[in-house]
Amino acid sequence: MKTWIKVLTIAVAATVLIVGGSYAYFQYFTRTRLLVSTTTSLWETGLLNATEQAFEAKYWIDLGFIPVGTGQAIQQAQGGNVDALLVHSPSNETQFLQGGDGSCRKIIAYNFFTIVGPASDPAGINGSTTTDALKKIVDYGRSNNTRAWVSRGDGSGTHTKEKTLWAKASYSYTQISQESWYASAGSGMSATLNMANEFGAYTLSDIGTYLKLAKDHTISLVQYLAETKDLLNVYSVMAVNQTRHPSVNFSNAITFIKYLISDDCQQLIDNYGKDEYGESLFHSAVQLLKQNSTSQIVQWIKDYAFINGTECPPEYRDPRYPELYS
Amino acid sequence: MNILDGLLKALQLIFSGDPRIVEITLRSLFVSGSATLIAALWGIPIAMFLGRSNFRGKFLVKTIFTSLIGIPTVALGFFLFMIFSRENGPLGFLGLLYTPTAIIIGEAILVAPIVVSLATSAIEAVDPDVASLAKTLGASESQATFAVLREALDGIFLAGIASFNRAIGELGVAVFVGGFIAHVTELLTTGIKLEIDSNNIDVAMALAIILLVMVFGINLALNLVQRRKK
Repeated sequence: MKTWIKVLTIAVAATVLIVGGSYAYFQYFTRTRLLVSTTTSLWETGLLNATEQAFEAKYWIDLGFIPVGTGQAIQQAQGGNVDALLVHSPSNETQFLQGGDGSCRKIIAYNFFTIVGPASDPAGINGSTTTDALKKIVDYGRSNNTRAWVSRGDGSGTHTKEKTLWAKASYSYTQISQESWYASAGSGMSATLNMANEFGAYTLSDIGTYLKLAKDHTISLVQYLAETKDLLNVYSVMAVNQTRHPSVNFSNAITFIKYLISDDCQQLIDNYGKDEYGESLFHSAVQLLKQNSTSQIVQWIKDYAFINGTECPPEYRDPRYPELYS
Repeated sequence: MNILDGLLKALQLIFSGDPRIVEITLRSLFVSGSATLIAALWGIPIAMFLGRSNFRGKFLVKTIFTSLIGIPTVALGFFLFMIFSRENGPLGFLGLLYTPTAIIIGEAILVAPIVVSLATSAIEAVDPDVASLAKTLGASESQATFAVLREALDGIFLAGIASFNRAIGELGVAVFVGGFIAHVTELLTTGIKLEIDSNNIDVAMALAIILLVMVFGINLALNLVQRRKK
């Protein structure tokens, strides 16, 4: 029996050593960790990689992104499993703030969604308005009984936008998503674009991911709809509420938000991808909103992404950090 | 990007020693190596006990371990996510979610049944006379046990290799409790998934090649070592 006790002692000791050692190493001998769950479109374009490098060069914080859809990002934040989130779905963000899980929302950037499809444009949507284009795609799909539309289908911000667009065109999402011409991919933007490319179908994409794949010649889909108000895409950052979730790394989340709205980072956002794609993938929003000009785009952002007339209602701000909103 | 282009770029990345790929590879080796080690430390003593003793319900215990070999990684990953979830999980207070440690624990649980089942079979296959002979020659109970263990070494090696392969190739646990964070919990398998999502086919291919070469290479090396000993 003594042998068993020895073996058991060794097993326990070694397990504790390996588990504890790796935990201590990753927890204490590395930088403080800041976890941000984020939408796939920001991650897949490579913007966040560039942001991370610039941020880590400036601060002694280890920034880690978990790229998931907006829906899942919000779930992770509600469970207190991440410190901040970067998302693009104003309606979900409003709910998240009202649920008491978030604070310090800042709008950081915008660009546009686009509807892309095969070069032959079988549904003939070129030059249509968004609503008309969707109607044509539905008619084309129903009459030809072919896969006409691929949806993200993953509860992401892009998916939420798609649902809004169907509603605007007076279709019931629950109904059409059951029809045979409608394919729900349940995956990220690149995978969805690849699938639409294979099927010769149309899809809704953020402009950044589309340009990246089109430039790599991975997909031959063509962009049909221009920058209209109903295709506006606004990215915001929020910290997870410290009162509700005491374990989060709140002060580092604020450092991160401050960095995102700093001139340095806003410039980085503006210039990201310009050389490679010939146009900016994202446009900075902070200065634009601060100047509060009467330009059309400011009005569009306000209409689409403001909550009660502001980017963050006072009750969800943190009085310790008034500089975020000055 | 076509397959050939991707392959060429992948090989270029590997042979230029791209720091990110090196980092991911080393982390993968460390995580699945530690997991296998923990599983072996617990599994082999259990196998020694199961293989050398007879008790009521032994068949049932063995059956449970054998069926656990097939546990779907996605299901295990999901359960562990719930357990480690920081606020609602019973072990959330440990703060392990989205750390490499969580992946190590998860993969150790995943591969432990492989160690137990294969090692038990190996020990059971050893001629029972080995132990009695050792005892007749004056060995103590523990020395006799180690004599049996030495005879079963080949099977135990196999158990270790199989465990390591399962650990390094699994995705479910790494995705759910690791969260594929760059420079922190990104492994070969999650790296492949992420790079395909980001449409970086060349990087994905490089990681896949490394994964395959490593699995083949380690098996080959261990087999050679074993053969030389005979």
